[in-house]
Amino acid sequence: MNRQRKSARLREIVSDVLVTIGVLSLFFYLWYVWLGDLVAGAQQDAAAASLSESWDVTVPRAIEFNREIGSSKGVGRSPNPPVVQPSPKGTSFATMIVPRFGKLFERTIKESVDVKTVLNDSTTGVGHYSSTSALGALGNFALAAHRGTFGASFGQIDQLRVGDRIYIETQDGWYVYRFRNMEFVYASESTVLSDVPKLSIVAKERILTMTTCHPKGTISERFIAYSIFESFVPRGRGAPSEVADAGQNP
Amino acid sequence: MYSALWRVLPGPRWLKVIEAFVLGVVILSVCVEWVFPWVAENFIQSETTVGQ
Repeated sequence: MNRQRKSARLREIVSDVLVTIGVLSLFFYLWYVWLGDLVAGAQQDAAAASLSESWDVTVPRAIEFNREIGSSKGVGRSPNPPVVQPSPKGTSFATMIVPRFGKLFERTIKESVDVKTVLNDSTTGVGHYSSTSALGALGNFALAAHRGTFGASFGQIDQLRVGDRIYIETQDGWYVYRFRNMEFVYASESTVLSDVPKLSIVAKERILTMTTCHPKGTISERFIAYSIFESFVPRGRGAPSEVADAGQNP
Repeated sequence: MYSALWRVLPGPRWLKVIEAFVLGVVILSVCVEWVFPWVAENFIQSETTVGQ
């Protein structure tokens, strides 16, 4: 009798433990693929927004920055943007605004692509390969971020369309890039970080390279997105309207 | 395990239901805040960089 009761209790404990593990795994999965990115992403957006707010200065009005004609009228255009001197590893030196990724999308860019302190950081999201060109210099300004988990800064990278603007904001103003093309490479393909990606020639342009994992949630390949520098809008001229509309820079 | 917990919770049945619910929420919050990020960081490979 006693033995029977004992084994019944043991069975109950084992089944309860198994059920608990199952339910927690399910919750972990939900958090991993969905909820965690919402929470971390919102934190990263807020951190970047407050960073660019700290750079904000009062300007009379935002310059009209027509999506169709771009800056071709020459309004606020500067052919030679200031070059941001490389900062120590782990320093926040810019933010990234990608209207295609959503109205509130703004992420802080830190120097280096260290996993723990930059890419997985709950207030950062995007890292700059220290080995690549400085922001504003001729060559390749290369960034890395997660495609899923830890805020998934580049989670919608596959939504980019040719010509989409990508804004890199610093204390000086906005570096405007336009998305050109994407490609898929193996993780070992470090030539995508060359001054002119894949080639060993002298750079005559400023390129923005974004790297993230591919297929989403795996580590076998990398998704690479290239954008070309178009113009620089000094802060004193006011935020480009696409940026102002995003509600990050009132 | 859970039946023992049910016996330990004080009060009438409706109060026990509320207590159990609150307990569940607390455990889940702890998981979301600390446990899940730790598991994701240490046990799941997720690489975004090239040539590193």
